[in-house]
Amino acid sequence: MLIKSRKASDVLGSEITPRTVFEGRRSFLKSAAFAGAGLAAGTLPTLPAYAARTPLSGVQKTKWSAENMPENDPVNSYEDVTSYNNFYEFGTGKRDPKENAQEFNPTPWEISIEGACAKPGKISFEDLIKPETLEERVYRLRCVEAWSMVIPWVGVSLASVLKKFEPTSDAKYVAFETLFDPEQMPGQRQPVLKWPYKEGLRIDEAMNPLSILAVGMYGEVMPNQNGAPVRLVMPWKYGFKSIKSIVKIKFQKTMPPTSWNDAAAREYGFYSNVNPAVRHPRWSQDSERRIGEIFKRKTLMFNGYAEEVASLYEGMDMRKWY
Amino acid sequence: MAISSAATGAMPQKTARRRDPVTWIIKPLVWGLCLAPLGWLMWLVADAYFYGGRGLTANPVEFINLYLGDWALRILLVALAVTPVRILTGWKQVVRLRRLIGLFAFFYVVLHVANYVGLDQFFNWGAIWDDILKRWYITVGMFGLLCLTALAITSTKGWIKRLGGRNWNKLHKAVYLAGAAACLHFFMMQKGLQYEPLIYAGVFISLMAVRAFEPLKRKLVKA
Repeated sequence: MLIKSRKASDVLGSEITPRTVFEGRRSFLKSAAFAGAGLAAGTLPTLPAYAARTPLSGVQKTKWSAENMPENDPVNSYEDVTSYNNFYEFGTGKRDPKENAQEFNPTPWEISIEGACAKPGKISFEDLIKPETLEERVYRLRCVEAWSMVIPWVGVSLASVLKKFEPTSDAKYVAFETLFDPEQMPGQRQPVLKWPYKEGLRIDEAMNPLSILAVGMYGEVMPNQNGAPVRLVMPWKYGFKSIKSIVKIKFQKTMPPTSWNDAAAREYGFYSNVNPAVRHPRWSQDSERRIGEIFKRKTLMFNGYAEEVASLYEGMDMRKWY
Repeated sequence: MAISSAATGAMPQKTARRRDPVTWIIKPLVWGLCLAPLGWLMWLVADAYFYGGRGLTANPVEFINLYLGDWALRILLVALAVTPVRILTGWKQVVRLRRLIGLFAFFYVVLHVANYVGLDQFFNWGAIWDDILKRWYITVGMFGLLCLTALAITSTKGWIKRLGGRNWNKLHKAVYLAGAAACLHFFMMQKGLQYEPLIYAGVFISLMAVRAFEPLKRKLVKA
């Protein structure tokens, strides 16, 4: 019997071609053909056809780029950020999303814009986010479970997208919803939360320059387990506010219900700003474990973004509005 | 034992013990099975440390905590299943495994708490005390630990003598409280509505039900 032993230096096939690309090679060929046809027809450039690990080109540097990050906030590894996720639509274990989201197909993707705005309607992902507007935004992500990561997102300012739909003066809040598709999202077959997942922001929070819609990370398209194809990133709020795989955005006058608040109101408030002074029934929020480190570090007010966002909450009792 | 060697006449006591399957086959098997989860965890730690393996996830402290907690609860439920097994199968010898399995459950609870105190909180006693007072699932877990500690200390023959069989039996009913506390601790710790803690609680309740029905059955048979 021939037993092939692998040397550490040997390169595995799986290291060259990601499994998803390999398994999705037919759809890749198909979408590549479409893209080719599009180019031939002289249409405008669109985001690359969706296949895991597709690089995004022309991403602009910003003041939030990696080189401007403080020295003690090194970017976490791609492996850590894509294998340790809270995305209950794909299972409640930290490793479930990576395992269960591989077959998830975020193309084609449509987002419904509703409520108090001049231009409601359905818009495709490609029309919503133009590749020439992509920016690099390296943010700390603080989970309510007292761990944190530093993630190099690629995205666009949320305000720039929302303004396109011309929200009216009635638009005091913005509500978001995740896709509901139990066939593709096996976690939704169990009543862990009331599906679909819902989140919401006050309009001025949404319009803050820090708020982004992310469509990628590490210069590549968004991995399925991290919320493909488009998700919110609110770096001064606990991670669960940054809703993934968004299919609905609605402007409204009243404070929208949010999933975790519905499940346990005493634990998860509407605002859920990172705040070491407001303790949580499950986790002391005064410190956190940065993924990749053993010892905990002190949690910073607004996750270290007080300069940018503290003015949004002036005069508010943060213990009441947690 | 004395009776059986008398019955077999010439056979010395040592030989009889050597042929006793509980001592020589089942107990070593219990040792092996109970140590296997720890062995697997040590392999994962070694693999992560030496070969960059990712079995501990990106957050090893959390992974180890959940892993040890899961196994502590599972083994505690196995210990609580010993008496129901005797009741349902009539296999009396199984009771001789009860202390061993119970002590293994305590062993995993101690590792689980040591990981929390040492790696998670890094001996920050103020934070730990704060957790115990303010976070109910930790309060409940600590109550379970206290129960099991008392039972582990008094698990020796010396303590059975010192307390007297009747008192000792009464004290060791506290294992039911520990089992309930462990199930509740797990249930409270989960976010959202999840089935797993409910399954463990269901197993615990079933085991208690088997116990509760035994005296009832005896009464019925007598009547």
